[in-house]
This record gives sequence, structure tokens and C-alpha cells, in this order.
Amino acid sequence: MRKSAAGRIVIGVVAWGVALALFFPILWMFLAGFKTEIDAVATPPKLFFEPTLENYRAVHARADYFKCALNSVVISLGATLVAFVLALPAAYALAFFPGRHSRKTLLWMLSTRMLPPVGVLMPVYLLSNKLGFLDTRFGLVAINALTNLPIVVWMFFSFFRELPREILEAARVDGVRWRQEVVHVLLPLMLPGIGSTALLSLILCWNEAFWSLNLTASDAAPLTAFIASFSAPEGLFWAKLSAASTLAIAPILVIGWLSQRHLVRGLTFGAVK
Amino acid sequence: MMWRVRGARLFLSPSVFVLFLWMVVPLAMTLWFSFQRYNLQNPGRDGFVGLENYTSLFTDPSLWTALGNTFCLVSFVLLVSVCGGTLLALLFDQEFFGRRWARLLVIAPFFVMPTVSALIWKNLILHPVNGVLAFVTRASGLGVTDWFGQWPLLSIAIIVSWQWLPFALLILLTALQSVDPEQRQAARLDGAGSLGIFFHVLLPHLRRPLAVVVMIETIFLLTIFAEIAVTTSGGPGLATTNLAFLIYIRGLLETDVGGASAGGVIAVVFANVVAIFLVRALSRSLDVRARQA
Repeated sequence: MRKSAAGRIVIGVVAWGVALALFFPILWMFLAGFKTEIDAVATPPKLFFEPTLENYRAVHARADYFKCALNSVVISLGATLVAFVLALPAAYALAFFPGRHSRKTLLWMLSTRMLPPVGVLMPVYLLSNKLGFLDTRFGLVAINALTNLPIVVWMFFSFFRELPREILEAARVDGVRWRQEVVHVLLPLMLPGIGSTALLSLILCWNEAFWSLNLTASDAAPLTAFIASFSAPEGLFWAKLSAASTLAIAPILVIGWLSQRHLVRGLTFGAVK
Repeated sequence: MMWRVRGARLFLSPSVFVLFLWMVVPLAMTLWFSFQRYNLQNPGRDGFVGLENYTSLFTDPSLWTALGNTFCLVSFVLLVSVCGGTLLALLFDQEFFGRRWARLLVIAPFFVMPTVSALIWKNLILHPVNGVLAFVTRASGLGVTDWFGQWPLLSIAIIVSWQWLPFALLILLTALQSVDPEQRQAARLDGAGSLGIFFHVLLPHLRRPLAVVVMIETIFLLTIFAEIAVTTSGGPGLATTNLAFLIYIRGLLETDVGGASAGGVIAVVFANVVAIFLVRALSRSLDVRARQA
């Protein structure tokens, strides 16, 4: 489409205005993390200030920060790994050896994802309590793996379906044995798919808040719960809240930015690519 | 070949098995509890009570308040993300300087964890004394609004919209960029204006992505929890209590397992109605792919 130069500039200005407006809360939080508590609540708001690392020092000094960060890492990686181990063979079977029920199986898996978590809050809470999973990383790894499993299967399935069949068939005709086919042909081709699925799964686990808030107290609390602990002393610790929030969202923001194109496929269960 | 088919079934079974357990066991328990008098603080009085939990829930005005709040929250956020998402997707589909970077900024809110976005908005932005917005409205003579005091539900709806608008944008933009450029050119050559191209070329192309956005968001929005838990705890009064939060109050704060489970059944029914439509829409996309393959 040809556009006049002036039209282009107007579009650019409007688009950048929207982008900055939507990004502003994150930017403001980032800045507040480097302010003193007094600067953080100053009116008029301070755009220019003497930056300090005091808040980051204070957050790091809190004993539970490292525990929560470690919990987030362990839970996200653990749940992603468990989901992968279950989903890879399942998606492989569905994509390459479809049976009469494959379609139904895929859709049924998806429907488990649509189960509202509050619908099963009481039984899951009581069962976890009885089995000793309450406030353990194991419990959250299991729940995150289960809730993400359908999405992971769907993503793997759609990546498997896109592999060039000729290559797989050529390998088979050559008499390459099955294990070699998987290791030397299939896996390398799937690596980008596996990578972007991993990123999506990590994002979803990292930001999961419902089960984290309801099933953890202190031992297994991830960063979502750590941030929630700032909600009590309202107004007093804005700068520290901002510093902690910046630390909590930074890794996932970077991952999200890196994987944005492939996220769409996973988030819409393959309906939009 | 036969062993391969059998092997395929073996590959599939672990996933199917754990998902089956995860779906059936808790759901069956919720259903069972919903017909029981079961309060953790009164263990002596447990027993089958038939529909009592449901009748007491349906005659309790707080359920209707919670359902109303849920409805308002979901429809507000859907309206913002569908209309705003479409407009923004069209905007970001244009070429302008630094588009890639602007796009990164726009989608960033979607990656922020719910507890962070709720607390940042409540304190740094919407706070009536020290918030940035209060400063802007005061400086421009509009006066100051105590957002969470006067419009608690709207405040939460704004925060949630901020998180989900980028989601809609990301998906609609991806869909727009897969429109065949030749199709646009052909429409232009036929004398269609920008509006004509939007209504006759782009909008039909966006119909399915829009439907998917609406349904996926609805499923997540029906059970918004963390944003409410860290800002208002459902208050003042019941002003920001949605269905999810009401179930949480019943179950984990008042330890009324029976009542909470009856509420849970209602939530599952609502979500299923939406899910049926979503699965049907996705099932169609599965057909298309099977034909291409």
C-alpha cells in the first residue's frame, strides 16, 4: 500500500503514543525501583532523581526472596520438563499414527484445560492436604504440568504436522532404524518447535497465580506469592515493591519478547499462526 | 506396521491417563461435596443434604452479586480487548519507523504476572494521592478520583484489560499479517477504499481469530482471582467479589466445603458452555489442517 509521507508520520506518532502509554506502568515501576521511598511517593512525580540500589539491596536481604525465586525456577522448569516427557511421545503418536480417535483425543485434552480452577479448588486443596502436597514444590510442579500438558501436546502436534514428510520418508526408505530416525532426523527438525513450546510453558508456569496463592504458604511460595506479600503495608514500600516486581517479571519479559511469534500458536491452540 | 500402531497407543496412554485422573477425580469430588453438609469446623454435622447447598446458594444475594460482578468484569474486558485489539492490530499492521520495537512495548503487559500488575496499578498509577494518574488529572484540572474507593470493580476491570488487550492485539496482528497482500491489492484495484478493504477483506479474515480471542479470554476471565486477592479482597463489601472469589471465601475462609463445591459446579457449568463453542471452532481448524497435510 502506498502512503503519503505525512500519513506515515501520523501513523507512526499515533502508534508510538499507544505503545508508550501501554508500556508506561512497566516503565514507571522500573524507575520507581531505583528511587528512595520518599522519591517514589513524591508529588509531583519525579522523573529525574538520584538513582539508588538501596531497594534491590533490601529485597535481596529479605530471606524469602531467594527462596521464592528458586521456587519459581524449580517449579517452572520442573513442570515444563514433566509436561514434555508426557507430551512428546503423545504428540508423536497423534501426528504420525493417527487413529480413529486421534481427533477426539486432541479435543478432549484441550477441554481439560478449560476446566476452571475454582471448580476444583476444594477437592484439590483437601487432597493435597491429605497427601502432604500442600505447600510443597512437588504439588505445584504436578499441577502446573497437568494444566499445561494439553497446550504442550497441541503445540508439539502442530509442529510435527508441519515437518516435511519427504525427509522422514526418505530416511525410512534408507532403512534407517526407528531410533536413529528419531534422534538424527526428527529431533533436530523439532528443535525450534521444542524451544518455543518450552518458552510458552515457562511463561505460563512463572505467571501462574491461582494455585500458587491458594496452595502455598511459605515453603513452596513462588514469586507470584512473594509479590502478593507486599499487598499488606499499602503505600509504605512502593520502591521496594517496584524493585521486587522488576526482578520478578524481567526474565519472563525477555523470554516473552524472544518467543512472541510462536506464542500465538500455543495460546490459540493452533487456530492462529 | 501393526506394532507401530500399538506402540503409538502406548505412547499416548500416559498423557491420557494423567489428564483423565486430573479431570475426573477432582470434578467427581466437587460434585459429591456439593450434595454434602461438609464444614471443616463442624465435623460432627457432616452428611448428605441433597440440594441444600444449592438452594442456600441460590437464595443468597451474594451469589447474584458475584455473578453480576463476574458478568460486568468479563464483558468490560472483552469489549476493550476486541474493539481496542482490532484497532491496534490495524494500526500496528501499517509500516512506520521502529515498528518492531513499538510492538515489543505494546505486548509487554501480557507477560507481567497478575500480582505485579495489580499492585503496580493500584499503588503507583491509580493511588488517589501519590499515583501518577492523580497527578495528571489534578494538573489538568479534572480533579482527583479515588479509583479503588469509588469505582473498585472498574479499577480491577481496567487492570485486567491492560493485561489482556495485548493478547488480543498479538493474535489479531498475527492473523492480519497472514492476509494475502495480493488480495488487498486486487481489492484496491477494484476501487475499494480503506474502509471497504477493512470490511470486505480484513474483517472476514479476522472473524475466526476474533472468535478464538473472545472464547479463550472468556474462559480465563470467568475465574479472575489474583488481581482481586491482592487489591481489594473482594471488597468493599462484595463490590469486587466475582464467582471465583466467592468460592474462595466460602471454601478456604469459611471452610464450608459443601457450599464452595456447589459454587464450583456452577463455575464449571458456565465455563463448559463457553468451552463447547471454542472446541467446535477449533475442531474446524483441525479439519483444515488435516486436509492440507
